[in-house]
Amino acid sequence: MNQWEVVIGIETHAQLATVSKIFSGASTAFGAAPNTQACAVDLALPGVLPVLNKKAVDCAIRFGLAIGAEVATKSVFARKNYFYPDLPKGYQISQMDLPVVVGGALLLQIGQGDKAYEKRVCLTRAHLEEDAGKSLHEDFHGKSGIDLNRAGTPLLEIVSEPDMRSSDEAVAYAKALHALVRWIGICDGNMQEGSFRCDANVSVRPKGQAEFGTRREIKNLNSFRFLKEAIDFEVQWQINEIEEGRKIQQATVLFDPDSGETRMMRSKEDAHDYRYFPDPDLLPLIIDADWIARVQDDLPELPQQMRERFIHVLGLSAYDAATLTASQEMAAFYESTVAVAGQASAKPCANWVMVDLAARLNKEGLEIAQSPVSPAQLGGLIQRIADRTISNNIAKKVFEALWQGDGATADEVIEKQGLKQITDSGAIESLVDEVLAANATNVAEYKAGKEKAFNALVGQVMKAAKGKANPQQVNDLLKKKLAE
Amino acid sequence: MIQKSLKHLAQALASKAISSVELSTLFLDRIDRLNPEINAFVTVDREKSLQMAVAADARIAAGTAGPLTGIPIAQKDIFCAEGWRTTCGSKMLANFVSPYDATVIDKMHRQAGLVSLGKTNMDEFAMGSSNETSFFGPVRNPWDRSRVPGGSSGGSAAAVAARLAPAATGTDTGGSIRQPAALCNLTGLKPTYGVVSRYGMIAFASSLDQAGPMAASAEDCALLLNTMVGFDERDSTSLDRPVEDYTAHLEQPLAGLRIGLPKEFFGEGCDPAVMAAVQEAIAEYRRLGASTVDVSLPNSHLSVPAYYVIAPAEASSNLSRFDGVRYGYRAPDYANLDELYAKSRAQGFGAEVKRRILIGTYVLSHGYYDAYYLQAQRIRRLIANDFVDAFKSCDVILGPTSPSTAFKLGEKAADPVQMYLSDIYTIAVNLAGLPGMSIPCGFAEGLPVGLQLVGNYFAEAQLLNVAHRYQQATDWHVRQPADLA
Repeated sequence: MNQWEVVIGIETHAQLATVSKIFSGASTAFGAAPNTQACAVDLALPGVLPVLNKKAVDCAIRFGLAIGAEVATKSVFARKNYFYPDLPKGYQISQMDLPVVVGGALLLQIGQGDKAYEKRVCLTRAHLEEDAGKSLHEDFHGKSGIDLNRAGTPLLEIVSEPDMRSSDEAVAYAKALHALVRWIGICDGNMQEGSFRCDANVSVRPKGQAEFGTRREIKNLNSFRFLKEAIDFEVQWQINEIEEGRKIQQATVLFDPDSGETRMMRSKEDAHDYRYFPDPDLLPLIIDADWIARVQDDLPELPQQMRERFIHVLGLSAYDAATLTASQEMAAFYESTVAVAGQASAKPCANWVMVDLAARLNKEGLEIAQSPVSPAQLGGLIQRIADRTISNNIAKKVFEALWQGDGATADEVIEKQGLKQITDSGAIESLVDEVLAANATNVAEYKAGKEKAFNALVGQVMKAAKGKANPQQVNDLLKKKLAE
Repeated sequence: MIQKSLKHLAQALASKAISSVELSTLFLDRIDRLNPEINAFVTVDREKSLQMAVAADARIAAGTAGPLTGIPIAQKDIFCAEGWRTTCGSKMLANFVSPYDATVIDKMHRQAGLVSLGKTNMDEFAMGSSNETSFFGPVRNPWDRSRVPGGSSGGSAAAVAARLAPAATGTDTGGSIRQPAALCNLTGLKPTYGVVSRYGMIAFASSLDQAGPMAASAEDCALLLNTMVGFDERDSTSLDRPVEDYTAHLEQPLAGLRIGLPKEFFGEGCDPAVMAAVQEAIAEYRRLGASTVDVSLPNSHLSVPAYYVIAPAEASSNLSRFDGVRYGYRAPDYANLDELYAKSRAQGFGAEVKRRILIGTYVLSHGYYDAYYLQAQRIRRLIANDFVDAFKSCDVILGPTSPSTAFKLGEKAADPVQMYLSDIYTIAVNLAGLPGMSIPCGFAEGLPVGLQLVGNYFAEAQLLNVAHRYQQATDWHVRQPADLA
C-alpha cells in the first residue's frame, strides 16, 4: 500500500432547486404520482421544443461565482444521443465543448489536531443538463414501468480535477461541495432522493510516477459513507490486480453497499458513442456582465469568506472555523449565539455549538435547525458563564434544563433552581474553614507534599457548596488557608 | 367558388354571400370525389371541419371575424393538431392522435378562424422530393396523374392544384414547399428561418425546417402568411420581430428593382425547356422595369453534399424519440428491450427515413464528426456568405426552382442521388436561412415550370411584391388542369 499513490477525481450531479424543469414548465417537486409531472415536452411528443429555464442558469452562475470559476459568456447545449426507455427524446440535452462554468477550486480542511491540513481541489468545469426519468422494475410482473416525473429536472454536473489522493480527501471534497451547493441555495442536497450524487474516478500509480494509472469510474454513490467504502475497496482491488501482474482496464463499475464491493458495469469497449452535436433547437447560451452582476448581488457570504472572518475577527482556529461553516444552518446558529453572548465569548460559543450542542443533537438524531435550545438561549447561558454567575459545570445543568424546556432562559433556570454561583468570599471562606476542620488527614498529606490531597479538598468544598462555589475563588482561598 | 382566390372567398364570407359551412362543404365534397385518385389527403374529418366552420360562421355573425375567418385550408400532416391524427406520412405515427396544437395550428385555426379540411399527404417525415416515400402511398400530380407532385409537401401542392382546397400549408427543409409548388403550378413561400414557429411541427432537420403558405397566387400567400407568423416563446429559434402586414406592399411598382442572376443557376443540369420559361420570365421582369445583374454563388455546388450531412445528422437525433415506448408504432413481437427498439423502428420507418438515419448516425460518429458534420457546417457558413455578397449588388435573386418539370412516378425512386438533385437550386436557401418563393412561369410539354425568387433576410414582403407584380402581368398562375374543372 505504501508505495502506491491513489488518484481520485469526482463528478457530481447536483439537482438544481428550481420550481420548474430545465426545458419545460412542469414542476420538479419530488414524490408525486408517476407521470403526473411530465408535460408534452418531457414526454417528447412529436413536434415539441425545449425552452431554457433561466433560473437554472442563475444557479449555474451562482455556483461559478462561489468557486471562483469563469462563467462562460457563451456556452452551448449539445445532444447526447442514446436509447433508453427513461430517456424520452432518445437524447439528453447537456453541454459538451462549451460548458457554462470553467475552472474554480474548493479549499478543504482535512483532519484535525496535529494531522490537520488544508487541501485545494481544482474544478475542471460545471455544466447544465437535464435528468432522465426513472425505470421501475418492480410491481409490473416481468415488465418495466417508466416514471417521467424526473425527466427534465435540471442538473449541474460538477467535474473535479483528479486532485484527491485518499478516500478521506474525496469525502472531504464531496462534503464541502455538498455544503456549498446548499449554502448558496442551488440544491437541497437530499442524497436519499438523489438530489446530490457522486461518481468517483479512481486510479492508483506507484509513488513518484508522473503519469496516471488507468482509471475505473464508480457510478452513482449517494452517501458519503458509500463514497469512502467504495473508493477504499476499489483502491485495494486495483493494487491487488497490479501486484498480481494484471493490468487495469478502463471501466465503469457499480458499488454494492451490501457486499461492500465494486463490480463491473461496462468496459471501455462497451462505451457508447454518444454522437454529441450542438442542439439545433436551442441557441447558444449568452451570459452578459449584467446577468452575472445580478446574481453576484444576490449571493450570500460564502463559507470560505466566513471562515476567514471567524479566524481573523473572532480569533477561532482554522479547524473550528471550518467546522462551524460546514453548513449554513450551523454557521447561522453560531453567529446568532455570538450575537447574544458577545464577541468576547466567540471561542466558548464555538465550543458549546461544536461540542456540547452537537453531542446532544447527535444523541437525539436531530439537525441543528431542530435544536430545542435556541441560539438566544445558548448565548444567554454563555453570558452567565462569562460573567461568572455560573460555572461551566453548572452551565451543563442549565443547558440540559433548557433542552428539556424547564425554563425559557438561562437566567430563569438559574433563578428557579438556585444555581447562582457563590462568589461571596465570606460564604466561601466559611465553607473552606469547615472542610479544613473536618479533613485533617488531607490537610496533613498536602502539607507533606501530596498535591493530590489538594484536589480532594477542592472537591469537598464544591460538594459542600453543591457545586455553586466559584472554583477559582475556592482554589485561591484553600491555598491561602493551607499556607497559613 | 372552388376557383376563387382567398381574397374573393373572404369577401363572399364577409358579405354573407356564402357561409363557411357551405364553402367548406363544397371542398369536402370535392375531396370525397377526387381524393381517391389524387391521394392528397391522408385524414379528412368532415365532422370536425364543419364544427370549425360553424364556429367561424358564428364569429362572422358576431362581427369578431378576422380577415380569413371561415376560409377552409389544408394542413400538411406534419403539424400536430389536437384531436387529429397526425402521421407525418409514416407508419410510425399512423395511429398517433395529437393531444396538443402546433403553434401554426393554433394561430391559423383557433386565432384566425380558418377551417381545416384535413391533413395532407407528404413524404415520410418530410424526407423526399416526390411524395413517394409516404406510408400512405404516392400523391398524383393533378396535371398528369402518372407524375409526381414533388415533395415533401406533395399532398398540399396537389390538393391546391386540384382545388381540393383553396390554399394549404407546407414545410420546407430543402425545397419542400418550393419544388412541389413548381411542379404543380402553385405559388409557395418559405419564410426566413425563425419567422414561423416550429413548435408542434414534427422536426426533420431543426436548423433548416420552416413552415410557409402554398396557394394559387402571391396575394393568397401573403394573406395566409399573415396568420402564420409571429414570435413564439415555445420555440427558442423563433425571432422576436415587429409583426408585418405582408399584403401592404404587394402593389409597389418594380421600377428600379435589381434582380440578381447567379451564374451557377443558369449552367448545365437544367432542362432546356425549364430554362426557356425562366428566360421568358426574366424578359417579363425587364418589361416591368426591373434590371438584371450577374451575381455568383461560388459555393452553391457544395450545398447538396453539405445538406445531406447536416439534415440527416439532425434527423437521426430528432427521430430517436420514435422508439415504440410511449406512443406510435410498436412491433408486435420482441424478446427484450433492444428488440423492441430494433423491430419497432425497422418496421415503423420506411427505406428513405432509415437511409437518412444511417447517414446521420454515421456523420455524427466518433472519428467522422469533424470530417463530415463540422466540415458541412463550415460549408454552410460559406454558402450563407455567398448570399450576403450577392445581395450587395441586387435586391432579389432569381432562377429556376427545379431543374426539371414533374417526373414520372417511380422514375427516380431507385436512385436517391438523382432524387436529391431535384433540390439543387432550393437547398442553399435553407442552409442560409433566407426566404424563398416559387411562382408559376410557364409550361414545358404541358407541365408547369416554377421560377424561384430568393430574398434577403426578412424580405418576405418584397418577395411577395415581386411575385405579385409578375402575376398581374402574366396568367401562368391562374391556369388549372383542364380535366379537373
